[in-house]
Amino acid sequence: MPGTAPEGGAALELRDVAKSFGSVAALRSGSLSVGPGSIHALVGENGAGKSTLVKIVAGVRRRDSGVLRLHGEDVDFGSTAESKAAGVAVIYQEPTLFPDLSVTENIFLGRQPLGRGRRIDRAAMYAEAERLFAGLGVHIDPRRPAQGLSIADQQIIEIAKAISLDASVLIMDEPTAALSGVEVERLFAVARGLRDEGRALVFISHRFDEVFELCDTVTVMRDGEYVSTDAIAETSVPQIVSRMVGREVAELFPKTPAEIGDVVLEVEGLSSLGTFHDVSFSVRAGEIVGLAGLVGAGRSEIARAVFGVDRYDAGAVRLAGTPVPARSPRSAIRAGMAFVPEDRRKQGLVTDASVARNVAAVIRRGLSHAGLLTNRDENRAAGPWAGRLEVKTSALDMHATTMSGGNQQKVVLAKWLATEPRLLIIDEPTRGIDVGTKAEVHRLLSDLAGQGMAILMISSELPEVLGMADRVLVVCEGRITAELPRDEATPEAVMHAATATVHHTAEGISA
Amino acid sequence: MSDALLVEPSAASPTRRVLGGLLRSREIAVGAVLVLVIVLTTIKSPSFLFSSDGWRDLLLTPALLLILAAGQTVVIITRNVDLSVGSTLGLTAYFTGRLFSDHPHLPIIAVVVLGLLFGAVLGLVNGVLVALFKVPALVITLGTLYIYRGIFLTWAGSDRINAGDMPQDFLALGTKAIVTIPVLTIVGLVVLVAVGYYLHTARGGRELYAIGSDPDAAVLYGLPVTRRIVGAFVLCGALAGLAGVVYAARYGTVSSGAGLGMELQAVGAAVIGGVAIFGGSGTVWGAAIGAFLLVTINRALPVVGISDFWQRAVVGALIIAAIVLDRVLSARQQRRLVAAREETRTLQMRGGA
Repeated sequence: MPGTAPEGGAALELRDVAKSFGSVAALRSGSLSVGPGSIHALVGENGAGKSTLVKIVAGVRRRDSGVLRLHGEDVDFGSTAESKAAGVAVIYQEPTLFPDLSVTENIFLGRQPLGRGRRIDRAAMYAEAERLFAGLGVHIDPRRPAQGLSIADQQIIEIAKAISLDASVLIMDEPTAALSGVEVERLFAVARGLRDEGRALVFISHRFDEVFELCDTVTVMRDGEYVSTDAIAETSVPQIVSRMVGREVAELFPKTPAEIGDVVLEVEGLSSLGTFHDVSFSVRAGEIVGLAGLVGAGRSEIARAVFGVDRYDAGAVRLAGTPVPARSPRSAIRAGMAFVPEDRRKQGLVTDASVARNVAAVIRRGLSHAGLLTNRDENRAAGPWAGRLEVKTSALDMHATTMSGGNQQKVVLAKWLATEPRLLIIDEPTRGIDVGTKAEVHRLLSDLAGQGMAILMISSELPEVLGMADRVLVVCEGRITAELPRDEATPEAVMHAATATVHHTAEGISA
Repeated sequence: MSDALLVEPSAASPTRRVLGGLLRSREIAVGAVLVLVIVLTTIKSPSFLFSSDGWRDLLLTPALLLILAAGQTVVIITRNVDLSVGSTLGLTAYFTGRLFSDHPHLPIIAVVVLGLLFGAVLGLVNGVLVALFKVPALVITLGTLYIYRGIFLTWAGSDRINAGDMPQDFLALGTKAIVTIPVLTIVGLVVLVAVGYYLHTARGGRELYAIGSDPDAAVLYGLPVTRRIVGAFVLCGALAGLAGVVYAARYGTVSSGAGLGMELQAVGAAVIGGVAIFGGSGTVWGAAIGAFLLVTINRALPVVGISDFWQRAVVGALIIAAIVLDRVLSARQQRRLVAAREETRTLQMRGGA
């Protein structure tokens, strides 16, 4: 029911705000009304448009249409500086600090206390930072560099920044995603204190227990659209979940059962300082294993380490029983691995080259005659693959940059399939792809598994993981916290495991 | 102990903090190498330091590079680079000479200011191109390097500025000294102190570091990124202009080869002095010591009897060593900071459970 917050007195108000990136509508109709002295939850699946909405309020993006009001006045932020000046502070999911500068400078940059002759008064600045940290009840050395701080500490610094800015609207985009129990409690205490000072807070989270503990109102979004706003006291978790999902999981993600064969990938005790710890799992032929977890849990990092892009400190990777050397994507490819990265434009495609050249890129060694590679060879090799994947490009020499996200993804897939891999690692297979093409990508993955390929799929979209995966591994803070077979993988079970350490420590404290 | 200083500097006493910071600083390390070079060369040939010419040359030769390196540092800190400073220097030096010969009645100070402004305009062109077209500064300033040099060649033709074209008082600046310290070196030091003071104590200076440290975060933070970067290029150009004036005073003649290759020396000096080529860290003090070291090594090696080829190789090795050292040190620092965080986190968890 919209309009729970008083219409006129809202600190922040959005009505029917829309924003598209090319042909993809990230936000169709976003609405939100937050009153002063209130903590307002904004929930929705990944891709529901929450982050785009936040970016519009923050001045990072400009809306295409709709109303944006701050304290009753129409505003239009062209830059983050403007929104900041108007009293909006945003704490992003992944804080953006300057690693080379000290913690204190990160807080006060651009508005440092000035002493004589407009010189920065460092003593006053450090004292003020100490005061802020004391007020927040945390112990961070104001003189140390921001480099190497944990996400929790970085978030505290962002909050200190917001407080010292005296922001009237504070937006926190999944601030608890990477926090431990103690840190979450600390953050909540701070948030309540800010609410009691009459500030308006927007809290974006996937964790319903936190939403119900902290917030007073909740707005649900789905597929870039506003769904509902309710007072927390008058709603329940199942009600919110059904509104968030709003569709049957099974319809969209048709994984057909395939014959599960021998173990293809074995990962044992993989560790990398500060990113993931003691990760062990296996993937069998014909099996799709889903790697689920919150953003920043370390899923992509694990995949990159397995493929040999990133280093790891300990552990072993074996493909069909043969050890795969660390830090060598070339040997990983030779051993039979394929890796479709998350950001396909940056890491997966040469966007300025033709489809054929992209597809043939990985196998060009096998194609060349006496070291020379002709367009004809490339086209001949690429043809069957592109055809099989139904890449909709009129000719193979069309440039990859002009294609839609879905077709680009297919080109990346075709490129890797041409190497005839035994294991396919795919990170966020359908990010930025419209719904129709999504189903095609899913059908394709299902077919590949049916032909006996082992697939490791990373996805932040819970329905996708639940629909596609034969087995779900849940990663939380760099550790695998649950391994769920298909029939046990419910949204609740996955979410519980994705926030597992938090619950553990929280229970530990109270005990 | 060094770990504690890194992770929790406030726990240490102010003296220890300052002392520890100094001992670990790149400036001191490069400074020690410089002293070593001077001492070794002086042992081999005492006149390198103790003759009056030796002493003067030691201080005077680096003056030009000092000014260029200070400006270059400001640009590199923002994760950019200015390769056109050598051409800017040459063009301004010629401009200075022409001012004197075409308008003999202009006061010297006016010519100095005009030279500075002229350089600033050339820097502005760089800055606007870089900020407007979002093209890497490396490419833009490589272009203006040739354009400025081309303008210089066209303008000067076969003409050159001779000592006779410039007033005696101006040329005297090139040889005059105050308490045995050459005036031009004093000019360089004043520039250095001014730039260093700005970078350390002004909001704008700190923002330059922030922009170089993480350009995307700087935009999200709402820093005036474009304005700051243009400002850095203007300052760098102005200092290159000043260096051009100094060049005219020092050498008395300006031919079309003036300042050729100086841009790479300026970048080299900054890198040797610990200014990170990826921006965000480093000081003008380091760059200045780097400039002294670069120039002094070039003068010392012939004295010690090392051939021309090896002189260049040594300078090259020094630059590569400096960059490798930077990478190793910053990787080590990052790992130590992360390790320290893991430790406290484990402690917290254990303490909680």
